[in-house]
Amino acid sequence: MITPLSWLKEYVDIDVTPQELQDKLFSCGFEVEELYEVGKDISKVVVGEVLTCDAIPETHLHVCQVDCGEHGQFQICCGADNVAAGGKFPVALVGATVYATAKDHKTVEGVMTIGKGKLRGYESHGMLCSGVELGVSENMYPGAGYNGLLVLPEDAQVGADVKPMLGLDDWIFDIAITANRPDCQSILGIAREVAAVLEKELKMPDLSYTEVEAEIDGFTVTVDCPDLCPRYSAHYVTDVTIGESPLWMKRRLALVGIDAISNVVDITNYILKELGQPMHAFDLSTLEGNAIKVRRAENGEKITTLDEQELTLTDANMVICDGVKPVALAGVMGGLNSEIRETTSAVLFESAKFARDNIRRTSRALGKRSDSSARYEKGVDEYSTVMALERALHLIEELGCGKVGRTHADVNTGNSVQPREVKVSITKVNNCLGIVVPNEEIMRIMTNLALYPSIDGDILTISVPAYREDIVTYQDVAEEVIRMYGYEHVVPAFMPAAQVTIGGLNLEQKSELRLKNALCSIGAYEGIHYSFFSPSDLDLLRLPEDAPERKAIRIMNPISEELSLMRTTLAASMINAVVRNQKKGNMEGRIFEIGNVFLPYELPLTRYPDEKARLCVGIFGEKESFYTMKGIAEKVAETLQVSFTYEAMQNTFLHPYQTARVLCEGKEVGYFGKLAYDIADECDLRIPVYLMELDLKVLSAWYGKKPVFTPLPKFPEEQRDLALVVSKEITCGEIEAVMKDACKYITKISLFDIYEGEQVAADKKSMAFTVVFTPKDEAFTTESVDAFVKKILKQLNKNCGAELRS
Amino acid sequence: MNATLEQIKQEILSGAEEIKSSKEAYEFRKKFLDGKSGKIGLLMREMKNIPPEQRADYGKGVNELKEWAMGIISELDAKMKAKELQERYEAEKIDISLPAQRSEQGNLHPITLIRNQLIDIFAGMGFEIFEGTEIETDYYNFTALNTPQDHPARDMQDTFYLSPEFLLRTQTSAGQIHVMENKKPPIKILSPGKVFRSDDDATHSPMFTQMEGLVVDKGITLCDLQGMLDVFVKKIYGENTKTRLRPSYFPFTEPSVEVDCSCFECGGKGCKLCKGTGWIEILGAGVVNNKVLENCGIDPNEYSGFAFGIGIERTAMLKYGINNIKLLFESDLRVLKQLND
Repeated sequence: MITPLSWLKEYVDIDVTPQELQDKLFSCGFEVEELYEVGKDISKVVVGEVLTCDAIPETHLHVCQVDCGEHGQFQICCGADNVAAGGKFPVALVGATVYATAKDHKTVEGVMTIGKGKLRGYESHGMLCSGVELGVSENMYPGAGYNGLLVLPEDAQVGADVKPMLGLDDWIFDIAITANRPDCQSILGIAREVAAVLEKELKMPDLSYTEVEAEIDGFTVTVDCPDLCPRYSAHYVTDVTIGESPLWMKRRLALVGIDAISNVVDITNYILKELGQPMHAFDLSTLEGNAIKVRRAENGEKITTLDEQELTLTDANMVICDGVKPVALAGVMGGLNSEIRETTSAVLFESAKFARDNIRRTSRALGKRSDSSARYEKGVDEYSTVMALERALHLIEELGCGKVGRTHADVNTGNSVQPREVKVSITKVNNCLGIVVPNEEIMRIMTNLALYPSIDGDILTISVPAYREDIVTYQDVAEEVIRMYGYEHVVPAFMPAAQVTIGGLNLEQKSELRLKNALCSIGAYEGIHYSFFSPSDLDLLRLPEDAPERKAIRIMNPISEELSLMRTTLAASMINAVVRNQKKGNMEGRIFEIGNVFLPYELPLTRYPDEKARLCVGIFGEKESFYTMKGIAEKVAETLQVSFTYEAMQNTFLHPYQTARVLCEGKEVGYFGKLAYDIADECDLRIPVYLMELDLKVLSAWYGKKPVFTPLPKFPEEQRDLALVVSKEITCGEIEAVMKDACKYITKISLFDIYEGEQVAADKKSMAFTVVFTPKDEAFTTESVDAFVKKILKQLNKNCGAELRS
Repeated sequence: MNATLEQIKQEILSGAEEIKSSKEAYEFRKKFLDGKSGKIGLLMREMKNIPPEQRADYGKGVNELKEWAMGIISELDAKMKAKELQERYEAEKIDISLPAQRSEQGNLHPITLIRNQLIDIFAGMGFEIFEGTEIETDYYNFTALNTPQDHPARDMQDTFYLSPEFLLRTQTSAGQIHVMENKKPPIKILSPGKVFRSDDDATHSPMFTQMEGLVVDKGITLCDLQGMLDVFVKKIYGENTKTRLRPSYFPFTEPSVEVDCSCFECGGKGCKLCKGTGWIEILGAGVVNNKVLENCGIDPNEYSGFAFGIGIERTAMLKYGINNIKLLFESDLRVLKQLND
């Protein structure tokens, strides 16, 4: 909310510095995001009187002797066509700062410091300034828009600083307004808070006016959609003379960034800023049928707004119509057909409350924003609606641009604009805050806020104005009290009344943390990627049309197509992370991520999807292999205290023969393998990449349990080495499975050598295993272990054609 | 006899000079001292064939020779072993200035680091950890948090919608409601998680991480919030850090506050980090709005609570001096490797 100090002073006597006021506002909940002097870039510019002004031959320049009073008399060269002896102009002294302009003398290109100069051999000690060079527009000061020197009044005191007379010594507060205080979206609203915090009287704007004997015959207002328009007020103004607004109004509008247009339109804009109520003025001569009707638009209905755009409406939009046609898009913009023109001689003012949500949706759906719609979106109160119309009529009189007629309409749903009585328990207020605020302080604060308090025993009764819709309960009152009393009064405590709770991570959460730490210990770095990904990522993974990963939840309003789907796999984000790293010259590395995938039961969603955590690991580098990734899988299993088995599998984005399905107790929990070469080529990956993805939600069925101690074996374990010769196709996993099947005492099998070459047949390989047997109820004898081995070898021979290597 | 002994002695003396290694020394020892086949051993075995009257002299002579030979050969052996050890070391001479070979240690993501620190602090105060879902319903994310459809606070957050009913949660506060619906007070929970808003620039990412805290019990006040924040801020930013509450607005708390802590860079004097104010905004908080308690079936006449929400990325960026939030989600190893804490 842009708030000029000079405008605030209209309603409150402010006797503190702008910085002090900023601090006061901050402490009561209004953060001043920016505070600056209007002429912050202008310095050392004074009133100068040109004593002599001589043309420099063959140029458009003049050399002048300029009296700058106490600062001295200077020779200054000037190129403006309106420089003349006897005139008073702003002089930027040597060392002054003013705006630098482009060649058009209009476009500001930054701030410059004035130095001594020499033009055509004439020394120049300073610069005579235009309005643009001082940042002053025509609306701020008459004549400032002229493309030449800004002419100062004859009575300006020579040598005086020009900033006060040009309004450049004013201050602008850009104040952040929280969503619960729409009443402060106006200068008067801010002034109320300033008055409260400075304990000053609030001077209300003048609402008085006198009606003349003029009426619109048979004029009616009807509201067909009171849910969208709870109050619609209108008033007739006659004998209107369209013209310019006075300087004070134009200047104020300029300070808040609004261009002056004409007196009647300026009044509506002025009230929007002063009272926070959007208003509209219709040219009465364009309204047909002596009627105003507020209704939902018809589907396909068209209106041309005053910015000359034709819009096609739906019944979600609201229109203001006369007896025949739509004349305004409610709350957003007036219609071109009824706008105020130079010829306008009678006006109908509108001041209404429209439902904020309707205006917001209309504004967004049609892509049409205005100061009015922006204001309605924040919420307008009916108190201001009524007040604004009176203020507009007063200003019509004050500006002398029309006469207030008798015709008035106020259609409403019966909402009171009178103050509400609210009673709260002071004990509850204090209990909420945890401190005891003295009753006299509460009285003082409530009085300053114009809530007219009284206290009877424990009950505080206040009278809440209609614009303070946010004050309803004792918690709301507690907030008002503490923000004015000061948060520094809050005394730190540590829940003296609360019960003890144990707290901490649960076992599953601890397991996940341990997993992350274990992965770090093998040189992996944790990454976090967006929960959304791109449809093109699904194509990158070569997933077929019917792949379950393609059934991803779509964001209705994504930032971009790249971030439009909820992830159904973490693999694509990991590939992209590796690609980014290789592009930046990181040629080896290990990255892991624990993140959720989102698997819908149906689309569009009608219930929560299956949202589950997965672990994804991506490793790349010349030293990495299928087996280093398998080692990482084993590390995961070990950390989670589960055991994995593996079987060969194929999927669309991994190497057909270097990919394993990971199973835990026979249940599929994920996969790992080498990234397919066509994908690596497409991504310009020069270094091999391996990926693993494990479903932690499925795995969590086994991990996260309390550790249980297993007693050490009572009897010594036995160990045998077996060197087998098998056909090359037989896998290590097959042999291990047969062994385990053949003897229940086997607790560990480890392959320690593989040999292919001269000493075995060409189609064979030799594999050497260490097999550990753990006894259960009684110790093994040499004979019993020999018997196990014999049985194992027999089974191996039968199932895998294995022979003991001689 | 003496001649034989003398001959062996000479043989040992001359032979010893030829020995070049401990292995040869071992063979040399065997040649003379082996009980069965060694030359001196054989002399000992001859004892039984010596006439008894000469046996004492014979034995003494052979024993002296044996003692002497053992001394010579042991010395020789020790010398060879020492020489060989030295040679072995020499052979293994290396350039100790060559680069080290080490196994790399990875590290946790800065967001996880901050998250773990916060969990440690609050777990010690009795907070449980509850992770809600990233996909939420409009009801849990807004309506139950006192932000009905028409509420102006909805404009504060640009929400990603998945359907008219489902959305990506914009705040971890959504988890509060699930907890309060399912658990009776006393409640102390910490709810970390990813949240989403349609925002994208150097300090805003469409996905970021929040940590929501909630306490509901009898007699909880604003003073308890201040007390807990004091402890938290001192633990994470240092003993001398101060906190400041100032009024703010959230639909689900009343009163609502913005919490600033004294700048940990300059200690409050004013610097670039705190933009000269001496204070840094770290979180939003407040007393739980009674309407929220009521929505969850908790009687506000009996219980009260406070809630706070911390932006983890902001905390991490401030703590580690990270200038662009995007860096946190790109898994650039050059970035991740720096942030080991």
